[in-house]
Amino acid sequence: MNKISFSIDEGEMFGFLGPNGAGKTTTMRMIQCVSPITAGKLDVMGMDVSTHQREIKYFMGVVPQENNLDGDFTVYENLLVYSRYFDIPREEAEKRIEELLDFVQLQEKRDVMTESLSGGMKRRLVLARALINQPRLLILDEPTVGLDPQARHLIWEKLRSLQKQGVTIVLTSHYLDEVEKLCNRLVVMDNGKILVEGSPRGVIDEFIGSDIIEAEHSPQILECLIKKEVNYEVIGDIVHIYPDNAMELSEYLLMECSLSKISARPATLEDVFLKLTGRRLRE
Amino acid sequence: MKLVDYFVIPSVSSRSYKVWQRNKDVFMKDIKLNFLPPFLEPIMYLIALGFGLGKFIENIDGVPYAKFIAPALIAVSVMYAAFFECSYSSYVRMYYQKTFDAIIATPLTIEDVIAGELLWGATRSMINATVMIPVIAFFGLIDLKYSLLIIPFAFLGGLLFAAIGMCFTAITPNIMSLSYPILLFITPMFLFSGTFFPLSALPVPVQYFAIAFLPLTHMVNVIRAVSFGILSSSLLFDIVWILIASIILLILSINLMKKKLVV
Repeated sequence: MNKISFSIDEGEMFGFLGPNGAGKTTTMRMIQCVSPITAGKLDVMGMDVSTHQREIKYFMGVVPQENNLDGDFTVYENLLVYSRYFDIPREEAEKRIEELLDFVQLQEKRDVMTESLSGGMKRRLVLARALINQPRLLILDEPTVGLDPQARHLIWEKLRSLQKQGVTIVLTSHYLDEVEKLCNRLVVMDNGKILVEGSPRGVIDEFIGSDIIEAEHSPQILECLIKKEVNYEVIGDIVHIYPDNAMELSEYLLMECSLSKISARPATLEDVFLKLTGRRLRE
Repeated sequence: MKLVDYFVIPSVSSRSYKVWQRNKDVFMKDIKLNFLPPFLEPIMYLIALGFGLGKFIENIDGVPYAKFIAPALIAVSVMYAAFFECSYSSYVRMYYQKTFDAIIATPLTIEDVIAGELLWGATRSMINATVMIPVIAFFGLIDLKYSLLIIPFAFLGGLLFAAIGMCFTAITPNIMSLSYPILLFITPMFLFSGTFFPLSALPVPVQYFAIAFLPLTHMVNVIRAVSFGILSSSLLFDIVWILIASIILLILSINLMKKKLVV
């Protein structure tokens, strides 16, 4: 990690974006007090991660990238055993487990060993486990990776309802539509650095504008665009055009440049992401 | 990491009990299966070696062969129980099940987790000894009254072999490579620690080597003496050796695991 600085407000949903190897997970692990920070300072809930590990972890819930459920136990036992690590009294833990099993809709699976759960169920159980200590801060590293749309929507709904209850949520994700929908603010990282910070809409407006026009690549269109002095980018056999006024430019392109196939759409976080971090594949 | 850093006393909290409790709960799920080996193995060894092979052996140091090997069987079981628990089983929990990762996201630290694993490994040794003692006493080969002293001692010896197992878990590049310490360290101990024949039958340099470097030698000495009801001052040397080795290796194993897991 290279001189990053960020602050997350209480009660907000905050996203860390970036290609593989950008440093998202490392940042998450630092917030979780698992990876040591060699220089600089990181406070979580007003406490220093280098000196107050136990206290911070007491108030934090973690959904890691990889499901690390305890394969030696059933769904119910996973939650019960985990509650003991937080010193939650047995009776209180049993009450919370019932609520959490309802919350993530796993009541019928309570006595099933975790390996026979589907991917979506495992993810929901990991979420329930992260909530057993009623955390003030919830950290999720790619919470919906590999899930079907139904399961993703369920997780989103749960995260929104947690935010309503006042839980601060920090997440990473490669699904940029997810981040755009959920997060109040986000940062885009690459190579251990933070490239931008802002609200999803703010970041899109700043780097792309409100709309994008896509057209097939041809010499005529480039000529036309240069004449009109608009920003564009050639991506394979497609041209991305960044207009100030999408309606006006679309009309112009259709009428004056005799193009047959163009499409205008609202700009997304994905466009920002690719613009900032490039299209090169990451290892 | 400098060499001294490996011997800094780690800060372990009482929360390591939660890890011990987790492992105990898993053990209890298959309690019948888990109790079977320490119950059946001594019976099979005693029949094959003690009463079978023993027919052709007059006696060793004035005791019948079955009686000679009976205490060693307990010592071997103490070694295997803790070593395997903290090598293969801990490795599986650490690497394949990611159990440690899940636990360190809670108020427990990695030091607490490893300490809990070591305590559980020692507990496995104690459980094995506890099951074996009445079985062997049933054959009239050990003195049941004195033998109860073996139980707490099995916990101490268990800590030592747990620490040895954990050190290898920390340095092994993968699970297959755990075969090396078994082949080169555990199996020689099983054979050459005064278990099935007295150490004095070996060349003198080998005897010294066994006394200096093979922990099982000291375990066998103590358990054999206690189960015969003969307590001599020379046992003090064995116990001190085990104590010192345990302390050093327990500290080392926690620091090695910390180095492996904190990235």
